[in-house]
Amino acid sequence: MSNTQQLLADRFGDFAIREEFRDNVRFVVSPDRLLDVLSLLKNEAGFDFLADITGIDYLHYPNATDRYGVVYCLANSETAERVYVKVLVNDPEPTLESAYSLWKGADWMEREVFDMFGIVFDGHPDLRRILMPEGFAAFPLRKDYPLRGRGERHNFEPNIRADG
Amino acid sequence: MPLAPALPFAVDEESPEQEFLYTLNFGPQHPATHTTLRLILTLDGETIVKAVPDIGYLHSGFEKLGEDLDYNQYVTIVDRMNYISPICNEVAWHHAVEKLMDIEITPRCKYIRTIIAELARISDHLLCVGAASLDLGGITAFMYAFNMREKVYDIFETMSGQRFHPSYTRVGGLMVDVKDDWVAMVRTFIKVDFPKAHADVCRLLNRNKIFLDRTKGIGVLSKEEAINRSAAGPVARASGVARDLRKDEPYLAYGDLEFDVVCSRNGDCLARYLVRMEEMRESARIISQAVENIPAGPVNVNIEDKLTIPDKSATYRSIEGLIQHFELFMWNRRWKPPVNELYAATEAPNGELGFYIVSDGEGRPYRCRTRPPSFIHFAIFPHLMEGHSIGDLPAVLGSLNIIAAELDR
Amino acid sequence: MAVMPDFLITKLDWVANLARANSLWPMPFATACCGIELMATASSRYDIARFGSEAMRFSPRQCDLMLVAGRVAMKMVPVLQRIWLQMPEPKWCISMGACASSGGVFDTYAVVQGIDRFLPVDVYVPGCPPRPEQLIRAVIDLQEKIQATGTVNAREFTDRTTYEGPTSMIKTLELDQTMVVPGDFNTATRQRD
Repeated sequence: MSNTQQLLADRFGDFAIREEFRDNVRFVVSPDRLLDVLSLLKNEAGFDFLADITGIDYLHYPNATDRYGVVYCLANSETAERVYVKVLVNDPEPTLESAYSLWKGADWMEREVFDMFGIVFDGHPDLRRILMPEGFAAFPLRKDYPLRGRGERHNFEPNIRADG
Repeated sequence: MPLAPALPFAVDEESPEQEFLYTLNFGPQHPATHTTLRLILTLDGETIVKAVPDIGYLHSGFEKLGEDLDYNQYVTIVDRMNYISPICNEVAWHHAVEKLMDIEITPRCKYIRTIIAELARISDHLLCVGAASLDLGGITAFMYAFNMREKVYDIFETMSGQRFHPSYTRVGGLMVDVKDDWVAMVRTFIKVDFPKAHADVCRLLNRNKIFLDRTKGIGVLSKEEAINRSAAGPVARASGVARDLRKDEPYLAYGDLEFDVVCSRNGDCLARYLVRMEEMRESARIISQAVENIPAGPVNVNIEDKLTIPDKSATYRSIEGLIQHFELFMWNRRWKPPVNELYAATEAPNGELGFYIVSDGEGRPYRCRTRPPSFIHFAIFPHLMEGHSIGDLPAVLGSLNIIAAELDR
Repeated sequence: MAVMPDFLITKLDWVANLARANSLWPMPFATACCGIELMATASSRYDIARFGSEAMRFSPRQCDLMLVAGRVAMKMVPVLQRIWLQMPEPKWCISMGACASSGGVFDTYAVVQGIDRFLPVDVYVPGCPPRPEQLIRAVIDLQEKIQATGTVNAREFTDRTTYEGPTSMIKTLELDQTMVVPGDFNTATRQRD
């Protein structure tokens, strides 16, 4: 892990802030450096496995400065080491570079983050909604969207016996 | 709402190159899909030119619900995520929560959790193998597999009172301790019932000409692709990626127990089937070691830590127990985890099942993201399907073991 | 020894009901966990074939019993309704499990709170998921219902022309609250201009 840290420090200096909690080592990077950091980790540090991409909405989080966070969970498939890369983005147009060019597995994960949080990934080949219906307007995992929705779930005409 | 076309690319049916292609809608309610997923297939005769999945037909807002429930309540929801091996989800969820709160669970709890997770792995693989053979026309293996699953259900029912969704783990421990007759049941299952059923399924399928013809060389996933497309679990191991979190990041009691990681090089449907069959045998090996060595002692962490729900006698008969019960059930008290976030993963039957928990210091998670193996594996599906005939589709689907509730959450 | 007559006098309705009740062909609309319990009911230990309902047909045109097993998400409702309309009369519906009957634990933005808001349901099965015994009990209950109320030309359905479910929760929103959602454009689903 110290190698990785040294590598990132050499290349990016203070742009990659290191955080550690339990066994998780996290680097917070700025959105414009994201793709550079990811490709460095993949190609030179050996983190060739993208385990997960997750979005977080920090709207009500204590002492939060930015609205959204996106976390890339990387793993080394040989040594089983893990590293986490976190970027923070803000309204009104949260946009990030797509990691599809590095990992094809990022395809659906980025689509899900887009579907749930509305974070746009530039350069993604097919950025559509994946879980919610095509015409849905809100982003359900944002903190300002209520748990029980806004009534969308009941807006279908019922069938009665005589219909059949 | 009419079913909308979901083709991301422009199929120009007027152009001479593409006029012979036609589009077939597959799902969302179809026997071979087991549950609810939809595919839009572009076919050239019987050959699949392009398969476009359309998912979300079972999206139920699990992750949003997790932000509304506390660390113990959410276990009932994660149960319903991969519903053919619910215990593995519970173990994974509380593994992450305990890492967040820095709880070291007791040795007895570790062993019991290991046993139930491996039992769930056996029942998951049994259903996967049985359903895969059902899709390929062999109903007998399915019946044998299901008969054995009923025995696993009996074990879970004796342990927790619910046969299907046990909701058995709690923060820092278990709902109740197991009894001796439960241990005897597990022992009988591993020594008598399971080897017989496993041998039956092996005899039915391993040298079955139809089964072999329909799975060999179908849906090949290379090692590079498997890593690049984030595959984990049996799907990746069948392609030669020797990655198993039970070995790589030993959690629970896996560090003490002896077992092998099953791998194959071929990466086709047959390899995935064989890896699953062999993994069941390894699981049985783990259980037979663990069940003889369950340490004595409590299953919950020390009551002084104020993390676990006290048992009923402590709640009703001592003031400390009553206070702690109140503390953990009043909505503004509960746990006080550190304000931070972490990812923790376990090896579920389908692959790496991880939770990314963001905590804001309250009794319930601020955000709990699941890393669902089915979701990642279904993303590989169009790649596996291209160029195969439509009859291979159930074989590939069955070998990936897609669970819709985990896929859509 | 009494000589048995070689004919039988009965009501045509009764014979039709007997035949229908004892050969229900289910259309398993299995979406989630309850689907696995449905499979368990159909497999060897519980064996729903004892009640004449083992012929699971996945094509709605050949079925007369819809078994909705599992939660139904917003995206799934149009599919469910289309399959229901494709089934020929006479047809019945069993709502299996808490999620299909009431939404269950999933009181979220995406799950409909009971399929009886959109379909006429005959028998509800509680449980999360119900045990196979409970599902078999529901099939027996439905058989009794068919035997008691059925008619040969399905007259019993012709009077039931009104909506029978719980109070409809469709609401019309103010113009500034409207949003793009699937469904009918006259209700809460108006498109924002």
